[in-house]
Order: sequence, then structure tokens, then C-alpha cells
Amino acid sequence: MGFLDVLLGRTKPVQPKLDDLFALPSAAIQLQAATGFTPTGSGSVCFRAVEGKTFADIQKEVRELLDTDNSRPGGAGGLPVEVTKDSFGYTWLISNHLSDEVDTLVTDLHAVNSALVDNGFGPQLLCTLVAFTDENHRRMALVYLYKRGTFYPFAPLNGAGGAGGAGQNRDNALELQIKGVLSEDLKIEPDLSKWMALWGAPGL
Amino acid sequence: MATRTRYAPDRGLTVRMTVTMFLLGLVFVAFVAAIIGVCVASHQSAAFIVVIALVFGGGSAFISLFYSDKIALAAAGAREVSPQEAPELHGIVDRLCALADMDKPRVAIAPTSMPNAFATGRNSKNSVLCVTQGLLSSQLGLTKDELEGVLAHELSHVAHKDVQVMTVASLLAIVAGLLVRFAFYSELFGGGRRSNNQNALPIIAIIMVVSVVVYAVSFLLIRVLSRYRELAADRSGALLTGQPLALASALQKVSGRMSRIPNQDLRAAEPLNAFYFAPAMPLNDGSGRGNGNGPGSLSALFSTHPSLDKRIEQLEKIQQQLNEVSPGSGAKGLH
Repeated sequence: MGFLDVLLGRTKPVQPKLDDLFALPSAAIQLQAATGFTPTGSGSVCFRAVEGKTFADIQKEVRELLDTDNSRPGGAGGLPVEVTKDSFGYTWLISNHLSDEVDTLVTDLHAVNSALVDNGFGPQLLCTLVAFTDENHRRMALVYLYKRGTFYPFAPLNGAGGAGGAGQNRDNALELQIKGVLSEDLKIEPDLSKWMALWGAPGL
Repeated sequence: MATRTRYAPDRGLTVRMTVTMFLLGLVFVAFVAAIIGVCVASHQSAAFIVVIALVFGGGSAFISLFYSDKIALAAAGAREVSPQEAPELHGIVDRLCALADMDKPRVAIAPTSMPNAFATGRNSKNSVLCVTQGLLSSQLGLTKDELEGVLAHELSHVAHKDVQVMTVASLLAIVAGLLVRFAFYSELFGGGRRSNNQNALPIIAIIMVVSVVVYAVSFLLIRVLSRYRELAADRSGALLTGQPLALASALQKVSGRMSRIPNQDLRAAEPLNAFYFAPAMPLNDGSGRGNGNGPGSLSALFSTHPSLDKRIEQLEKIQQQLNEVSPGSGAKGLH
């Protein structure tokens, strides 16, 4: 924020950075080679819906667009796009694909982004999440922060025996390992305090 | 039309704030000029008083700015909480900070039943966002959206660096206030020593009069500025969450509850008033109407916060603006 903005008490809404998301497919290959984590084929866009009809209409349009798009060949019948609202009031648009279709998944996610940006709601975008899993059924997500244009790994520990009901723990060792593996392929968020926890994120 | 925006700045508010700050600056310049004038026309003792006042005033302002987070937390009896202790609160703040692309402040909870929130700190790294127990209580019944609105308002204060701006703005009033006191004492106790100098008494008196006037004028201007900055924080907060009406209903709930709280609590909270989400001690307390100040009333002039009506009116306007089908024409509607 500039000096003038501070003096005048203004904040310019932050526009999302969209382009870096396309680095994800090649990073997914690198991740699989180095750690054995494969994409589950599920990805989601998280945004803060605006009160009122205008935003609701746009959201509906996006959903219809993706739903029809999903019947394309190769898409195994075409899973519909899901929309959920989390306990924080944020909306998640979840797109499901086969695990080797990271390219089309990212294209879908980008369609959501551009629809919101084109309608002037770019500042409402929070993050995008692409889920991964390995043969031990460990779950992990790569989270893309729209406002910073950076990625970070989020690995919740929800083993049946571990940590108790209320304890929400993250596998920090795994997260740091993934950071090391992907630091060449992706822009990893350098500020660890921005590695926001996304408990109960859909698709994870 | 590469980037269309629904987030047009409020020019009216910007202009009013600029004018207020310009007037504050003008008073400051006039004050310094008057003091220098008086000092040049007199001997060192008056200049000495002015220097002492500047050092004390500047020093206290600097210390209060530097330790603002600790002072405010101690005054409110608040305790910092970790993400494990207050996962919900941290979750909301995390998301808002990611939306706004700002550093996350520390989060604290004050064990007060009065529902309120404040944010303070000298820079984004050292800022603290504090909510009272009363704000989180089920008695008040804030929904999560409403709580988010309150937190977004406070985060906007942090982003706008309101603590710094208000400290600098009040520096003038602090120095002027100190000068009145010093001049008064030196007249009381120093009068005898300088009886050989006929000039001393009127000069001290002039400094006193000038300082009283400056204090009064800058006090009023600071209050005006404070009200504009509250409106600005409401505005930025509402744009951040995209839920202006949730913030409006939170305001209504919080101020409705505020007027039912016994006075003693509120007086204890008064020093923190300027940082609060809603004023703890509205000046027209007796009327029972909370902070719904009439537009022309004296209390509206002195209040640190704009009237509830004005704040809600602004939020409704933002709601309309966010819902325009073709954004970009929004700026026209603002005039």
C-alpha cells in the first residue's frame, strides 16, 4: 500500500494472479516421481461469495458451464461439479476428473477464476486446492494462493489413532519435504506463516 | 476496459479526509509559527518551556506508539491466543489475511463481557487484533458472517495504519495540552523569580491562550478524522468480505448491547475508545439511544465514531455497488 493510501484510509482490493496455476501439471509429474504422491483428480476453487443476486447468478453460470463441459470425451461419463459452503462461509467449487487429467482439471479451475475475474469479482478468490494421495493413503493438497501467486503444501494428519478428536495436526515434515521437491517447479510461498490451515477442505 | 472493478473508491470520503488532514496540518503550522514568534520576541525561559513540551509530548507519543500493542492489551486485560486455543477465530483471520494479502496479526481475547474488538500495533508485524469475550458469547448471538465482518473492519484499521496516523495526528494536541500545563505552572511558581522581567507574564499568558485554542481546534479535527477513518475501515472491511449487510447487522447487535451495559464498565474502557469497533462510551449516554447521534448534535461533533445510521447507510450503498450488473458505472452513482 502506498503512502497516500495509508493517509486516506483506502485499501485497493487485491486482484488475483492467475497464470502461475498452469505450472501445476508439470509439478504433479515431478511430485509423483520424487515422492509417490499422485493426483486424486479432484480440485477445487475457494472464494468468498458476495451477498446478493448478481454474484449468485454468476456462480450458477460457472457451474452450468463446467457441468456441460464435463461430458467431453475421455471424461468417463463426466462427474458433475459440486458446490459446497464451508463452516467459514466460503464457497468451494469442486471439479472431479481422473487422476491423470491434471491438465483438464487446471483448465476447469481456470475457467472458474476467469469467470469471476471477468465479472469484476476477482478480489473474492481465496485459493485453489488440488488433492494428492500416495499408496499409504496419506493425503496432501497443493494450495495455490491467488493473491500471492504462490503454492504451498497442506498435509493434514487425520489417522484414526492419532492426535485425538479435537487435535488438528499437520504433517509438517511431509510439507517441508514437498517444499524441497517442488521448489524448482513451483513458486513456493516463502513465508511459512502464510501456509494457512484448511481443515475439512472438500476434496481432501 | 481490461480490469473492471466493482470496488470504486469513495471520492467524497477521500476528499473530506484530505480536507480534515489539511486543516490539522494548517493548525500545526500556525501553532509552530505562533510559538516561534512568541519565543523570538521573548527570552529563553519561554523557549525552554516549549522545547520541554515538545520533548515530553513527542516522547510520550513515540512510546505509546512503540508499545501500543502491549499497552492496549494490558489495559484491556487481554491474553494472546494460539490457533489451538481459538481455531475458529484464527481460521477467520487466516482467510481474511489471505484474501487481503496482508500479514497476519496476533490474535488476543479480552475477558470482558462488553462486546467489542480493537486492533493496534505500530506496524503490520507487531499488530494485535483483540476481541472481547462478550463479542464471542452466544448471548450476543453474532453469526459467523457477522463476526467475520467485525474482524475485517479491524484488519482494515491495521491495513490503513490507523494507529500510526492517529498518533501523529494527536501529537499536536498532546504538545499543546502540555504547554498549557507547563505555562500554568511556571506562572504559578516561577512568577516570583522573574518579577524583575515585566515581559515574562504576558508571554506565558499568550502561549497559554494559543495552546488552549490549538488544543480545542485540533481535538475537534482529530475526532472528525477518527470518524472518517471508521467509515473507511467499515468500507474496506465490507469490500473484503463481500458481505456489507453482515457487518451492518453486527454493528446493530453490538451497539444495541452496548447501551445496556452499566456505566462503570464503560468508563474503564474509555481510554481504548478510539480503537474500538463501536464506541464504548457514547457521549449522549443518558438518552439511551446508544450512539445513534442526531446529525447536528454536539455529541456527534465530539464522538470518535460516526453514528450508527451513517455507518449502516454507507454499508447499504456498498451492497448496491457490489451488485451492479455492469460494474464500472458505479463511480457515477457515488456523486
